Amino acid sequence: MRKMTYSEAIREGMRRRMKEDPNIIILGEDVGEFGGCFGVTGDLIKTFGPERVRDTPISEGAIIGCAVGAAATGLRPIAELMFNDFMTVGMDQLVNQAAKMRYMFGGKITLPMVVRMPTGAGTRAAAQHSQSLEAWLTHVPGLKVVYPSTPKDAYGLMLSSIDDDNPVMYMEHKVLYAMSGEVDENMEPIPLGVADVKREGEDLTIIATGRMVHEALNAASKLSQDGIEVEVIDPRTLYPLDNKTIFNSIEKTNKVIIVTEETKRGSYAGEIAAIIAEECFDNLDAPVARVCSLDSPIPFSPVLEDYVVPNFQDIINAVKKML
Amino acid sequence: MSLSNYQIIEMYKTMKRIREFESKAMELFGEGHIPGFVHLYMGEEAVATGVCSNLNEDDYITSTHRGHGHIVAKGGDLKYMMAELFGKATGYCKGKGGSMHIADATKGILGANGIVGAGHNIAVGAGLSAKYKGTGQVCICFFGDGSTNQGTFHESLNMASIWKLPVIFVCENNLYGISMHQSRHQAIQDVADRAVAYNMPGVVVDGNDIFAVYEAANEAINRARNGQGPTLIECKTYRHRGHFEGDPTTYRDPEEVREWLNKDPIHRLFEYMIENNISTEEEIQRINEEVNKEIDEAVRFAEESPYPPLESAVEDIYTDIVEEVRVR
Repeated sequence: MRKMTYSEAIREGMRRRMKEDPNIIILGEDVGEFGGCFGVTGDLIKTFGPERVRDTPISEGAIIGCAVGAAATGLRPIAELMFNDFMTVGMDQLVNQAAKMRYMFGGKITLPMVVRMPTGAGTRAAAQHSQSLEAWLTHVPGLKVVYPSTPKDAYGLMLSSIDDDNPVMYMEHKVLYAMSGEVDENMEPIPLGVADVKREGEDLTIIATGRMVHEALNAASKLSQDGIEVEVIDPRTLYPLDNKTIFNSIEKTNKVIIVTEETKRGSYAGEIAAIIAEECFDNLDAPVARVCSLDSPIPFSPVLEDYVVPNFQDIINAVKKML
Repeated sequence: MSLSNYQIIEMYKTMKRIREFESKAMELFGEGHIPGFVHLYMGEEAVATGVCSNLNEDDYITSTHRGHGHIVAKGGDLKYMMAELFGKATGYCKGKGGSMHIADATKGILGANGIVGAGHNIAVGAGLSAKYKGTGQVCICFFGDGSTNQGTFHESLNMASIWKLPVIFVCENNLYGISMHQSRHQAIQDVADRAVAYNMPGVVVDGNDIFAVYEAANEAINRARNGQGPTLIECKTYRHRGHFEGDPTTYRDPEEVREWLNKDPIHRLFEYMIENNISTEEEIQRINEEVNKEIDEAVRFAEESPYPPLESAVEDIYTDIVEEVRVR
């Protein structure tokens, strides 16, 4: 066991696998000497050198496309996008190439690649550097999407993302980078598609992702003081989604709120809500509710940003409204 | 140039194979046997053939929506190609790709591509892979003049050049980006001029002269294998047919089409072979018949093959997730 930050956990997960497999390389803007815009790749260049921790020009389409071509020819690349917002610049390579190649070619080509995506608001970075675009990715057959919320999950999911033979989109919340926690460096990979119950409770289920897991846990501990016991589930992988853990919890609590940092319209939270409505109708005592960001671009001014993005108080309000 | 008669005859055969495969595809498409779109390569055969004649089986290519020629020239199997055009289970992609998406990883064919300009980036990745592993492989990136206006062209040539990757960018300048003449879609006449911006050699060749293409590719491939980085080769050529089958091609002057038909690359090679005693009319006739037989066999194979079973529709999306996709 070792205490490490979420950011270190991502790095150490990569380091462990890179030591084991020389076919793993990292590609991205300023990932080398500079150590990554958020310091996530850090000193990896010292361990593995500039051939394996490769700085690229500011060309997001080419970063993703290069990873696709490298993966198709025997490497296991990890591409870093400086912000998940920048995926929009390389969307063809993600949606039409990475996600489709295996299928279009009848299974003839395998693309073991990871695209790391620093995600989310809270850094006062305004509308083009703060989005939560996971629904863009979960919508596309051929991609897998993971979103850890703790250092341990970040580490274990990085191992399994690298091990996976499909393109895995690895969302990481920027505000969580500094969060620290215990990580067993010899741990087994956390399989994709397995949720984690972060807090058990009988009265209501909250499904939360990314930073919102912590807002939900904060809300849950405050609600507990009022005698309300909330169960908090972190899916950890958005696709494949662990339906079973969600359904089991709803069977117990009969109430569910989905909390994500996405803008609400067209969100993955909506997809989870639809799955629950289709599959758990008989177990529900109240309509499924969502707590998401307002349907607005993320504003710059701290007071506005904090207003647009949901927090524990919004969650508490939603819980009290439902009970 | 040190091509043996045997090699020249093989090149002729490859070009003929592409031409006849496509003539047949055109006919079958016209009769409604082939669904979807077909973008024919006819007229540009010297490019794919001249370039790929330099390659080893494990070298890579990326191709385009107009990809039949590249795939045949890189050793693609006509039977599996034709079956794919028919949407049959025995096709290269089990009927999931069609004409625009044929790949064969065992022959280094990283796929035709329905997105104009998308192959550039993928070729850079393959080049990086070859360089990183030190295999000596090269990747040929085929593309049209139209795609040189995509951002991917700039990103990829830049990246390949700074990293000195073994990628050869082969532009098939057929004068039109769909309906738009090159003079209207870019402010230069020679795409190769753009190589200057990436500090790589830019070479213009007559794309209907197979020997010119072969030599330019040979030099570029040698450079790439020796670690000297990428080259941009522009092959001036012309597609005999429209952008896709069914395109009325009202944007082309019939006189221009006639001129280019007179420069047919296969006929030019035929005349060269006769004039230089490389082959005889009888031998060439025999080759033509052999090729026609291969095409007939490919068509028979495609016709007799079954359509893919419906349950295969959700296979190959992921390596490991199938069953949950079956639920509508």
